[in-house]
Order: sequence, then structure tokens, then C-alpha cells
Amino acid sequence: MTGPLAALLIRELRIGRRIGGAASMGVVFFLCLVTITPFAVGPDLKLLARIAPAILWIAALLATLLGLDRLFQADADDGSLDLFFLSDTPLELIVLVKCLAHWLLTGLPLVAASPVFGLMLGLPPQALGPVALSLLIGTPALTLLGAIGAGLTVSLRRGGLLLSILVLPLSVPVLIFGVSAASAGTETPMPVATPFLILGGLTLGAIALAPFAVALALRNAAE
Amino acid sequence: MEIEAEALAVERGGRIVVTNISFWLGAGEALAITGPNGAGKSSLLRALAGLLPFAGGAIRTDPERERLAELCHYVGHADALKPSLTIFENLEFWAALLAGTEIEKRPDKIEAALAKLGLARIADLPCAYLSAGQRRRAALARLAAIERPLWLLDEPSTALDAASQAALGEMMKSHLSSGGMIIAATHAPLPVPARELALGLTQ
Repeated sequence: MTGPLAALLIRELRIGRRIGGAASMGVVFFLCLVTITPFAVGPDLKLLARIAPAILWIAALLATLLGLDRLFQADADDGSLDLFFLSDTPLELIVLVKCLAHWLLTGLPLVAASPVFGLMLGLPPQALGPVALSLLIGTPALTLLGAIGAGLTVSLRRGGLLLSILVLPLSVPVLIFGVSAASAGTETPMPVATPFLILGGLTLGAIALAPFAVALALRNAAE
Repeated sequence: MEIEAEALAVERGGRIVVTNISFWLGAGEALAITGPNGAGKSSLLRALAGLLPFAGGAIRTDPERERLAELCHYVGHADALKPSLTIFENLEFWAALLAGTEIEKRPDKIEAALAKLGLARIADLPCAYLSAGQRRRAALARLAAIERPLWLLDEPSTALDAASQAALGEMMKSHLSSGGMIIAATHAPLPVPARELALGLTQ
């Protein structure tokens, strides 16, 4: 038998796989955003290649946030959340594992798909690596920040928009350094390592702090 | 184990729904909380489980514990079953999360719990396909699969047929005889001897 946290991870991944679509839907949404951008910007391939890292990052941000409103709401609706409180496993760790499962189901497929979408936007091949790497390092922070919003809106029926309103301002630092890390391959003056290090720092900070904020929000919502 | 509650009060949405509740419960005893709809039976149970804060009063346990949460099972109106998982998977997950790390071998316990409630034959069925009574039985199977001394039950026999009610009665009896405790909010009489705590409507 497995420990409580491993059991939780297995349960979340099983639910994600059975309900299906969670992973593929995020990627398809990502694809839609990337595809409509050239229609809005116009067929200037040079311009498109220059803003491609920004487009990919905004698309990843929106794709991450859109799936997050059900992260805790599904558990609150069916009573699972009540039982999480009765476990001697700390709620903070439960939150962290749920975020990990969510990232594996939605964030990781985005990272994997990003080189293909980068090519669609006319990124030069040598820039695809930094874009994917920046998303790999940065998207966990987006999931965790989004989880704070999901925790705060857990008791609201239509919390999706409010979640985005709450979380988008918080995600600005991640976006800034994510995009500058992603463009490190294409734009010369910036030292390559710096934005990656700051982005990594933001993600580690989110891993350390966000679970406490989420657990606090969930405890308050239970009342 | 013993629980002593003194002058408990619970607030919901800025309104005191339950006030001045005192009771004493020893090992092997059951307490039936009765009262009309809206009297605060569910709120009191949720507060005992630590899911709501008390607006006043105190709970003492012997041996001393700060929180009742880790000692109790809570079976409320929501049954905490994921529709896409099978009954067995749902129960296996709760056993892993609620029983903590110290419990050794559980598969046989889970199967025994399912058998007790007559769910063994449909253990591989996703919970989305279950009837209301079957869902309730799957939720009650937690009580048998994971050992915890205090059961907090909110209308435990809702939607159960006669055979399942008898099975639940058997489970309650063996839980009490092994020194466990039960606090149940109920309209129907409990199948075990229980003291009654009647709640009235507060103005």
C-alpha cells in the first residue's frame, strides 16, 4: 500500500485520465490562442517571431488559469474537502500534491507542445529550447498562484472569472521573467542565465508559500 | 476514551444556531442528536468534527487531545465519492489518507468493509452509476475500513433499505462494543441504545 500523499497523487491522476480531456483540452486551447494571434497581428513573420515568446507565455497563463477553478471546488461539492480536514496529513501538503497533479495534467502537456507552436509562430529553431525551458520552470508557479485563487473562490458558484481577476496581477512577475527567459535565445543584450534564475526563484518561492495561503483560504471557506 | 462538552455554541452566518449544549460521552456509548429541521444538528456535528468553529464552550477529551478531527469519522450529506473512480478505488484512497501511515495491511480490510455493506459484488463499478442508497453505503464503508474511535454521523440511515439499515446497526453495535463512540444526528431511532440530546429551535 502507498502513503497518503502518493495515494492522493494517484487518485488525482486517475480522475484526470478518466474524465479525460483535461490535458488535451488545455493544449487545444493553447493551440487556438496561438493560431488566432497571426490573424490579429497580421502576416508579418518578423514581428510574429519577435513577439512569439510573449504570445506563448500569455497563452500558457490563460490555459493554466482556465482549468483551475474546479481544483478544489469539485472536492468541496462532493464532501471530499471535509475529509481532507480530518486527515492527519497537513492540508498544506495535500494542496501541494493536488497542484502537482494538476500541473502534470495541464502544465506539462503545454511545455511539451510549446516547441511545435513556437515553430508555427516563426520562432527560429535555436529559440525553441529556451521557450520550452522557461515554460517548464515557470508554469508550476502559475499553477500554484492560481491555486490561491481557486482556494479563495472555492465556495463561489461561478468563481472562474473572479479567480482570473485575483490571480492575473499576481502572475505579472512570473510573466515578465518568463518572457525574458524565453527571449534570451533571440535577443542578445540580456545574459542568458539571469532571467532563468529569477524565474526558478519565483517558482521555488511559490512552492514554499502558496500551499500555506491556499490552506488558509480553504480553512476560512469551510466556515 | 471520554469526551466532555460544556456549554457549546455554534454560529452559522452570524446567527447562533446552537447554544448551551453540554454532554458527556464515555467509551462504548452513543448519543443521538434529535430536533426539528433547522435546529442545528448538522452544524453541531460539523463543529464537533472541527469543520466549523465553536462560538463558545469547550470540549475536553481524556486522554487529552487538542483536536477531535483526527479521532473521528464524519459521514455527512455529501458522500465524498468521485464519480469517475470505482467504489474500491474511492475507499482505498480514503483508507490511505485517513488511516495515516501507521496502518499496515489494508486491502483485506477494505474488502471486508465492502462485504459488510453488501458492496463486494459492485466494488469495481464507477460511483457515477450508483443509486443513492448504494452511494450512502459506499460512504458508510469508510467507517468499517478505517478504525477511528468517534463516529459523527449525519442522518446515517437516509436512503438505506432495510437490509442495509440492519448492516449499519451491526456495524454500530460492534463499534460500541469495542469501546468506540457514536454521535449521530437522526430523526429515526438509532439501532443501538443511545442517550438523547434534543435540540430546539432558537429564536
